[in-house]
Amino acid sequence: MSSATLLEPTHTQTAPTAPLISVEDLRVEFSTGRGVVKAVDGVNWSVQPGETMALVGESGCGKSVSALAVMRLLAKPAGRVAGGRIMFEGRDLLTLPESEMRELRGRDISMIFQEPMTSLNPTLTIGLQIMEPLKIHLGMSDEQATARAIELLGLVGIPDAERRLGQYPHQFSGGMRQRVMIAIGLACNPKLIIADEPTTALDVTIQAQILELMKDLSRRLGITLVIITHNLGIVARYADRVAVMYAGRVVEEGPADQVFGAPRHPYTIGLMRSVPRLDRPREYKLATIEGLPPNLLAPPSGCRFAARCPFRIEKCAIDPPYHYAGDGQRSACHRAEELAQGLAEQTAAVVAGTVGQATTEPLLVVRGLTKHFEVRGRGLMGTKGTVRAVENVSFSIEKGRTLGLVGESGCGKTTIGRTILRLEEATGGEVRFEGEDLVTASRARMKALRTKIQVIFQDPYSSLNPRMLVGDIIAEPLIFRRGIKKREARERVAELLVQSGLYADMADRYPHQLSGGQRQRVGIARALAMEPSFIVCDEPVSALDVSIQGQIINLLDELQERLGLTYLFIAHDLAVVRHISHRIVVMYLGRVMEMADRDELYAAPLHPYTQALLDAAPVPDPAMERARQPRALTGELPSPLAPPSGCVFHTRCPMASAECRQTVPEVREIRPGHFAACIKI
Amino acid sequence: MTAIDQNAGAPTVARRRQPNPVLAFIRFQPLGAAGLLVILIMAAAAIFADVIAPYDPEAIDFMAMLTAPSWEHPFGTDAFGRDIMTRIIYGARTALTIGFVSSFVGCSLGAIIGVSSAYFGGRVDLTIQRFIDILLSYPIIVLALVVVAVVGRQPIAGIDINLILAIAIPIIPRVARVVRSAALAIRAMPYVDAARAGGYSDAHIIFRHLLPNVLAPYLIMLTAYVAQAILLEASLSFLGLGVSEPKPAWGLMLSGDSSNFYQEAPWMIIFPGVAISLTVFAFNLFGDSLRDWLDPKFKT
Repeated sequence: MSSATLLEPTHTQTAPTAPLISVEDLRVEFSTGRGVVKAVDGVNWSVQPGETMALVGESGCGKSVSALAVMRLLAKPAGRVAGGRIMFEGRDLLTLPESEMRELRGRDISMIFQEPMTSLNPTLTIGLQIMEPLKIHLGMSDEQATARAIELLGLVGIPDAERRLGQYPHQFSGGMRQRVMIAIGLACNPKLIIADEPTTALDVTIQAQILELMKDLSRRLGITLVIITHNLGIVARYADRVAVMYAGRVVEEGPADQVFGAPRHPYTIGLMRSVPRLDRPREYKLATIEGLPPNLLAPPSGCRFAARCPFRIEKCAIDPPYHYAGDGQRSACHRAEELAQGLAEQTAAVVAGTVGQATTEPLLVVRGLTKHFEVRGRGLMGTKGTVRAVENVSFSIEKGRTLGLVGESGCGKTTIGRTILRLEEATGGEVRFEGEDLVTASRARMKALRTKIQVIFQDPYSSLNPRMLVGDIIAEPLIFRRGIKKREARERVAELLVQSGLYADMADRYPHQLSGGQRQRVGIARALAMEPSFIVCDEPVSALDVSIQGQIINLLDELQERLGLTYLFIAHDLAVVRHISHRIVVMYLGRVMEMADRDELYAAPLHPYTQALLDAAPVPDPAMERARQPRALTGELPSPLAPPSGCVFHTRCPMASAECRQTVPEVREIRPGHFAACIKI
Repeated sequence: MTAIDQNAGAPTVARRRQPNPVLAFIRFQPLGAAGLLVILIMAAAAIFADVIAPYDPEAIDFMAMLTAPSWEHPFGTDAFGRDIMTRIIYGARTALTIGFVSSFVGCSLGAIIGVSSAYFGGRVDLTIQRFIDILLSYPIIVLALVVVAVVGRQPIAGIDINLILAIAIPIIPRVARVVRSAALAIRAMPYVDAARAGGYSDAHIIFRHLLPNVLAPYLIMLTAYVAQAILLEASLSFLGLGVSEPKPAWGLMLSGDSSNFYQEAPWMIIFPGVAISLTVFAFNLFGDSLRDWLDPKFKT
């Protein structure tokens, strides 16, 4: 282990004999002010050498906790391992003395965390941080470590490695930082890498790059990979095996093909159905898993999923044992056999026709909208710069329909929403709402119009005032804007809560006493209280768990139908946008790239950026994922402070030519109703 | 992903009303409860001074000058033969009223200015902050002295409004600065954007959405500055610019004759000194606990 070389696998992929790591009957508890939370309750999983295993589940299911337990990094003193074994190469990690464990960490097992922004130390150079494990674990000298660090940066695809070693984390983009994290993880040639949501904080095209890199490296170097994720698409694309966790337990485990192809647990089936999918015809309504996961302070006896399960029978009051099928697939469900024989088919969601296509007059017309932010450099005489957040954007939304606005972070989609709401003042252009220009409307006029235009925010945790009761939050618009008396407002609040899928008595709770999905429903109820005709939905589901996402999307759909609402739906998830929108605008770096009706856009995308986006999004179907050759976009998002000349996409475009560097492409109507900004089409 | 996430993901247990908030406070915040107890004792002493105090605070007894603590005079007597315990009990009245009122006035004005400064931002913020810079460049006692010099020393309508102003004004910029930074974070919260999108007036947003969410720093500072204000009142009285003789005030008891006699009669300074420190300490303890207690996230 003293001098590891890179391209020489330390252990080759031979026939699986003994697992590299096996977690046996692991129990982890956290003591909280309210009691003991059994976060992981009797979990088993194992990974063969060289395999990629995915732990899937929603937040709070115990997937990260079980991984942290492997590293013995549980937050002390609240968290403790209450039982079980973690066997790694024949040794039980839980009984190792701390000094031996410390040697193991980073050398044999390394971990990659979710947040590349905070998992690097901002005060140390990248080079020092990569060299640290090399010097500590492998006892390398400075020269050796530097050479190896350069090699590692090259390996993870960071060009100009020598110069970049001396740079600090803030000089790297999010994707680049995650590459650095991977380089640190790889530094000592570990046998096992645990990646906890490694790409959740990244954009789709960057996510594809990072995952491709990890997959490639694990194959080339024979590293065993455990990926923790909530994204089923990622599992399908990269994992050999899957363990689905629910409420502190593994409910189903098996080879990815089997679990995806013939799931044998209702939760797995529900999870897969509730994700809107790019590879299937759009369903009228998303299937959802009703209800919420159980409280792990007092988990129910018997099957923990029973309360939400559509296939519940009396026997479910008894804890289900694992039912084994071929290829090591197992599931904890009494009806596993029936499910395998197609029990779930009868409840499959209805594939229905499209929503009414009757075109009406536009409710909102955006023309040439431009928003620049002035930024100051450091110091008194700092150079001034202009961020062109939104540049000459035009679109219109018809009454009762939804316009989806998609793009990666920094593309200006949120700024457009905020400018329409006049939370930001536009630099130029106009926003006509029912014929009236919002950009130039007076303060008083705007105040009057605000009841008609409402907003739903992304983060259900910070979009509700934590000091107000839910009832007061929803009553505020009623009392202060619509002049409804307090007593009547109370009744109306109850109606709104029920309409948004909550219970009337939740009015007496504080936001923090609700779950994420419930909070988002409160946010929706608050917006509806104004009786608006138009709602800006700014990433309303991206902070929610998969099974909850579907519930909220369905609610928005239903409300649109019932109340004739018009939505501007801002999101980065192409599948979600496809599900809910009638027309879609794709943005990149402040500009419109493509605009078309939903079906047209997904069936025949014209712009190379749209094509790349669709390509980068993983689909939850392992067979399909293996069949296609994802062409990941190369390069990084350019800085909006200094956008590229000509077409802003030319730096990453596979079709770019010299001409693209000069001419700014106009948004042209290429087919009827289908617009794109590219000179090559 | 830690234990916190675990809790966030799990559905919350239905809210249970605490059967008795006082008992709950004692149970979960024992230190704060101890602080509160001291404050309550002080307050009781202040309110019922006439009943509790064994002597008249201003009664001069030349037969008992500078007597050491005894059964007759538990805390001893001063150079005029006045009972020190009596004067401490009456002094609590002066200390608590002036301390609390001036801290409340100073912190409240400071909070409103700080929150408004953060909410309006831009030029308004810049102007307010530079003005605060100027005020902050004077030490707290110097600014208080300036105010006393301007307003004068005589109580207005029997109340020490001049003294309250002198203590409150130096508190304002300090609180405004701290509250502003807390409010800047709140200002960026989506629920404030939601309120702006709701078309409420600026005052509505400031009072309903911003101020309640800076309650934590506000309360800490309120209690901390009660302590500060009591000290400041004592200092001003010590310098002869605050409460004037023969009115009993802790700071005053440390000055004047005490400085001549403290070597022979240390009780003249020990007991008022202990009263000041104990009160200041009690307010600080209580303030910290109150902040935790009022945060809705700490409940249930």
